[in-house]
Amino acid sequence: MPKTLYDKLWKEHHITTLNSGESLLYIDRHYLHEVTSPQAFEGLAKKDLTPWRLGANIATPDHNVPTERGDSFNMDSIDDEISKIQVVELDKNCNRFGIKQFDITSNNQGIVHVIGPELGYTLPGMTIVCGDSHTSTHGAFGCLAMGIGTSEVEHVLATQSLKVSKLKNMHVRFDGKPQSGVTSKDIVLYLIGKIGTAGGNGHAIEFSGSYIDSISMEARMTICNMAIEAGAKVGLIAPDKTTIEYIKEHSNLEDDLFNRAKDHWKTLVTDKDAAYDKEIHIDISAIKSQVTWGTSPEMVVDFDANIPNPDNAPEEKKKNIQLAKEYMGIGSAEKLTDLKFDKVFIGSCTNSRIEDLREAAQAVKGKHIADTILEAIVVPGSGMVKLQAEAEGLDKIFQNAGFIWRDPGCSMCLGMNPDQLKPYERCASTSNRNFEGRQGNLGRTHLMSPLMAALTAINGTVSNPS
Amino acid sequence: MKLQGNELQINGIIASIDRDNIDTDQIIPTEYLKSIKKFGFEDYLFDGWRYLDDGKLGVTKDQRQINEKFVLNISPYDKATILLTRDNFGCGSSREHAVWALRDFGIKAVIASSFGDIFYNNCFKNGVLPIQLSKEQIEDLFKLSQDTIKEISVSLDAKKLSIGDIEYKFLVEDNLLERIIYGLDDVDITLQDKELIKDFESNRIKNKPWIFAND
Repeated sequence: MPKTLYDKLWKEHHITTLNSGESLLYIDRHYLHEVTSPQAFEGLAKKDLTPWRLGANIATPDHNVPTERGDSFNMDSIDDEISKIQVVELDKNCNRFGIKQFDITSNNQGIVHVIGPELGYTLPGMTIVCGDSHTSTHGAFGCLAMGIGTSEVEHVLATQSLKVSKLKNMHVRFDGKPQSGVTSKDIVLYLIGKIGTAGGNGHAIEFSGSYIDSISMEARMTICNMAIEAGAKVGLIAPDKTTIEYIKEHSNLEDDLFNRAKDHWKTLVTDKDAAYDKEIHIDISAIKSQVTWGTSPEMVVDFDANIPNPDNAPEEKKKNIQLAKEYMGIGSAEKLTDLKFDKVFIGSCTNSRIEDLREAAQAVKGKHIADTILEAIVVPGSGMVKLQAEAEGLDKIFQNAGFIWRDPGCSMCLGMNPDQLKPYERCASTSNRNFEGRQGNLGRTHLMSPLMAALTAINGTVSNPS
Repeated sequence: MKLQGNELQINGIIASIDRDNIDTDQIIPTEYLKSIKKFGFEDYLFDGWRYLDDGKLGVTKDQRQINEKFVLNISPYDKATILLTRDNFGCGSSREHAVWALRDFGIKAVIASSFGDIFYNNCFKNGVLPIQLSKEQIEDLFKLSQDTIKEISVSLDAKKLSIGDIEYKFLVEDNLLERIIYGLDDVDITLQDKELIKDFESNRIKNKPWIFAND
C-alpha cells in the first residue's frame, strides 16, 4: 500500500503495538532545556533510573537566559534568583546523569531548535522530541518531530520510547512564486489564517509544492515551526537536495556513513498514490505580507487589509473578535497600518536564523529606527548565528540603525527572562504566539516576518515591504 | 492495581469560560514555569484573568489584587471541579504546568468542543479528564449552567455526564481513561517491554548507524 512520509517514519520507528492500542515508538533524539526538564529528572531519580541512551540527549538553557551577557558571564550572573535556579538545575542534572549540555558559557548555546540542526544533531528520518511545542521545527528535515509534556520527557529519558496514537495525514501544497517582500513567515501565517489554530488538530501536516522546493532550510524550519500554531504537533517536509546539502555542511558524519544515510534519506518521500486524510492546495503567488491583529495566530490579515469588525462577523466569532480587539487596544483603527508601535523584537525559534537576520539587516541598512520606537532588539538564535552575523557585519548594521544587538536565547518570544513588554506596549514581533500576556503582562503582540518587523522599526508602523 | 478514591465519579460545580482557543499561556503564564516543582500551581491558574495585578512565582493569592468579575473568584464557582469552555482548549505551548494548575486548583474535568493535542495527552498523566462534546451540546451546557443549575456529575466508567435531567455520552479511549482511574505510571508499564526496546535499538544501530554517530 502506498505510504505518506509520515506513515514511513511511523513504521520505521514502530517498536510494538501495545494492548492499549497505542504504539511504542523509538526516539532517536531528545532535546532538553531548563524549563520542562527539572520535574522529569526528579521523577527519574525517584525511580532510581538513569537515561536509557545518554547520547540521544542534548541540552541547552534557552528560555530563562538573559540576553545581555557580554563576556565573563556565567550562571551565577543571572539576577533573577528563580530563573537562576532553573538554569543551575539543568546544569546539575546534566552533570549528574552525564548528558551533553551546551551551557550558558558555550559558544554553541542557543535556542534548542536553532542549535539542534546547526550542530548536526538533527538528521533526516529521525524521531525527535523535546518538552517544547516548537519541536515541530525539525520536521523541516523529514523528521517525525513533536513537542511533549514533562511526564513524557521523563518517559523518553527512562525508556527511549514514547507511547503514541497515530495521527491523521494532512497535505498542504504551496505552489507558485512569492511576491516581492513576502517570506516563509507570511506564507505560514496565511495558512493559519485560512485553516485556524485548530485546523491541524489530530494531524501531521506535510508541506510540499514548488514553493517549498525553492526555499532554504531556514525558511522551511520557519514553516514547520509554526505547524503547531495551526494545531498540528507534527509538520513535515521531505528531504531533498537542499536538505542533503545542509546536512553535509552541518553534520560531522564520515563520508561512507553519510553516503549510506543519503541513500536512505532519498526514500523518505510520500509514495505517488498515497492518500491523505485532508488536502489543501494554496497558490502562494497572490499572498501579501501577513500581520496578526488579535490574540491568536489565526487572527491575521494582509498588512494593508481592514481589521475584522465584530458587527460583520459570523455569530460564533463575534465575541472572540471583540475580546481580542479590546485586549489589543485597536480602538477605532481600521487597518494595521494605522497603529503606532512601541517595540520591535527580531528573534525566537521561528525567525532568529542567519537568513532572517540578513533579511532584516538589508531592510534597515543606512536607516534609523523611528523616534517613536522605544526599543528594538535583535536576538540571534544561537552563538553560531551570532558569530556568523558579526562576521558579515550585520551587528553593526543593526546597531547603526538604533537596534540593540543581544546574546542568544528565547528572549521576548515569551518573556521568561528580563526581555518583556510593559503593559499596553505594542510590539512588532517575529515570534510565533500573540497570546494575551505572552510577551509580558498586558503586552500587545503583532506577529510578522523579520523583514516586516525591521521596516516597522524604521517607520514606526506596519508598511508595504515590496 | 490500586484503585484511587473517587475516580469513577466526578461530582461538583461547573464553571464556564465562554471563549474559543484558550491557550496554555492563559491557563498558566510563563512566569510560573520557573518552578522546578510538580505541585503548588493552584494560585496561578488563569493568572492573567483572575488577578488585576502582575504576579510572581511565590506570591500567593492573598497577596494579590483579585479580579472579582472572573468566574473562579465568584462563589460557588471558586469551588468548581469541572470547567466548561468552547473550542480548541489548551492550544499552544506544551507546558504540562497547565494541567498541574488545573489539577491543583481542584478541576477534575474540562469540557470543550475540541482540545489542543499536546494538552489533551498531558491531561491523562495527571488525573484530569478532558471531555469532548459537539458544539451544539456545548451550547446547551452553556445555557443550562448559566441558569440555576450549577451541579454536574460525570461517570467515568459509563462515559456520561449529567446536568439536571440531561445526559450526554462522551467518547474517550479506554486506555487513556484507565490511566486516570488507576493512576497508572507509564514509565513502569513501558519498562515491562524493556527487551523489545533493546532488540529494536540493536537492530537500528546495525541498520541506521548514522543516527548513533554522535553517541
